[in-house]
Amino acid sequence: MSKKPEDLKLIDENGRRIDGRKFDELRPIKIEAGPLHRADGSCYIEWGNNKIIAAVYGPKETLPRHEQHPLKAIVNARYNMASFSVEERKRPGPDRRSIEISKVIGEALENIIMVEKLPRATIDINIEVLDADAGTRCAGLTAAAVALADAGIPMRDIPVACSAGKVDGHVVLDLCKEEDNYGEADLPIAIAPRKKEILLLQMDGHLTPKEFDEALELALKGCEIVSKLQKEALLKKYMKEVNRENE
Amino acid sequence: MSELVVSEIKRKYMHKLAQANKRIDGRAFDEYRPIKIQTNFVKKAEGSARIELGNTKVLVGVKLEMGEPYPDSPESGVLTTNAELIPLASPEFEAGPPDENAIELARVVDRGIRESEVIDLEKLCIEPGEKVWVVFVDIHVLDYDGNLFDASSLAALAALLTARVPNERFDLGEDEPLPIKNDPPISCTFVKYGGVIAVDPCWEEEMIAEARLTVATDKNGDIRAMQKGLPGSFTIDEVRKIIKSARDNGARIRKVLEKAVGR
Repeated sequence: MSKKPEDLKLIDENGRRIDGRKFDELRPIKIEAGPLHRADGSCYIEWGNNKIIAAVYGPKETLPRHEQHPLKAIVNARYNMASFSVEERKRPGPDRRSIEISKVIGEALENIIMVEKLPRATIDINIEVLDADAGTRCAGLTAAAVALADAGIPMRDIPVACSAGKVDGHVVLDLCKEEDNYGEADLPIAIAPRKKEILLLQMDGHLTPKEFDEALELALKGCEIVSKLQKEALLKKYMKEVNRENE
Repeated sequence: MSELVVSEIKRKYMHKLAQANKRIDGRAFDEYRPIKIQTNFVKKAEGSARIELGNTKVLVGVKLEMGEPYPDSPESGVLTTNAELIPLASPEFEAGPPDENAIELARVVDRGIRESEVIDLEKLCIEPGEKVWVVFVDIHVLDYDGNLFDASSLAALAALLTARVPNERFDLGEDEPLPIKNDPPISCTFVKYGGVIAVDPCWEEEMIAEARLTVATDKNGDIRAMQKGLPGSFTIDEVRKIIKSARDNGARIRKVLEKAVGR
């Protein structure tokens, strides 16, 4: 959260946000299941101006063998940003930020994958940010979850993520770039929607306990909407395959 | 599960098909897969293009930054090409710094742009000897189903031909199109296996290929670059045949490129 320029107003007098949204409104989201040919499962997501693609490879034998876990599968998540996905060119390869995001996303997804059913195996999850515009970890995790389902990985639920935050004193859903840069708080969460279990939770900024409750409630509402879009995307792909087989 | 190698039985089947004049995906031997090019895919980039060559998908982004010129060309902008074979695109790609395949790909694409002077680098000088534009061409392979050379070159050209110089961001006046000097050469790649020569190899064909030849031709149909790869050999007749096909296919692909970039 950096210091806001004096003349920048993130909320106008009509209660509209800088990109014209209401407080509880998500950016436009488009999800496509299975766009990639080589991957075992994949997903492309457009979330506002974010463009992210996720691919899953596996389950496959863990190599080298001494790294195999005798009782469960190893889940490897790799979040990576294309060098041209940000304003100032990013040096290719992982930096400290993407290593941390890879770790929290991997741990969140491992929780929901039935790893105990796949001993000695590895599941690789690759998330590539092609165009970044705030909220990439939520969009990336959401896409990765669809890619896992597309790959047929056994899961207890389809995880979904969304963020809420505080901008100019108001609790709002799904921060855009300016709100992320100059807002007062950002709260990304990921949940398993069936039981509303929290799989990922991060916060930076400043919230009162009351504002936190409000923001969490809003983020959960956002997750619910995105969860529907995930299922629609999967259904769309597999209905197409069913229809093709029936022809 | 995703394949890592072509099985022996598939290899034999492909050789048998070749004898009957057929390819595994049903194409003719001088036929490209369908090409789709979408420019301005990435908002944050100064230029970008996403290409689909059959199942192969490549995204190229162009970024411009201010930097210092090379001492031997103080009045000339700098071109840097980089390729990332990310593990998302194929089970055989691994995370980490670019390996020899990624470096070869980046260098072949770089040569195509540099040697034919597609970009007018001299117009990218801001202060001679001090400040010039550095053009970063980043090749991001998304789905590897063969022929990354042609797909990446074409995407790089489409991204450059639609790129803008971000003058505004650096308080240098208004943004303007990236200065273009020459018409680009179009590269066509061929492989040889089981006694046949196939253009635009898919992944399976690339895996069983004995020899590979890339030929780049310009607008007049003249040859501008060639690169042979792999241990197998070509006869002189085969090379002549390849050049002819590269000219025919090159002319067709040039039309697709021109349409995609609106030139």
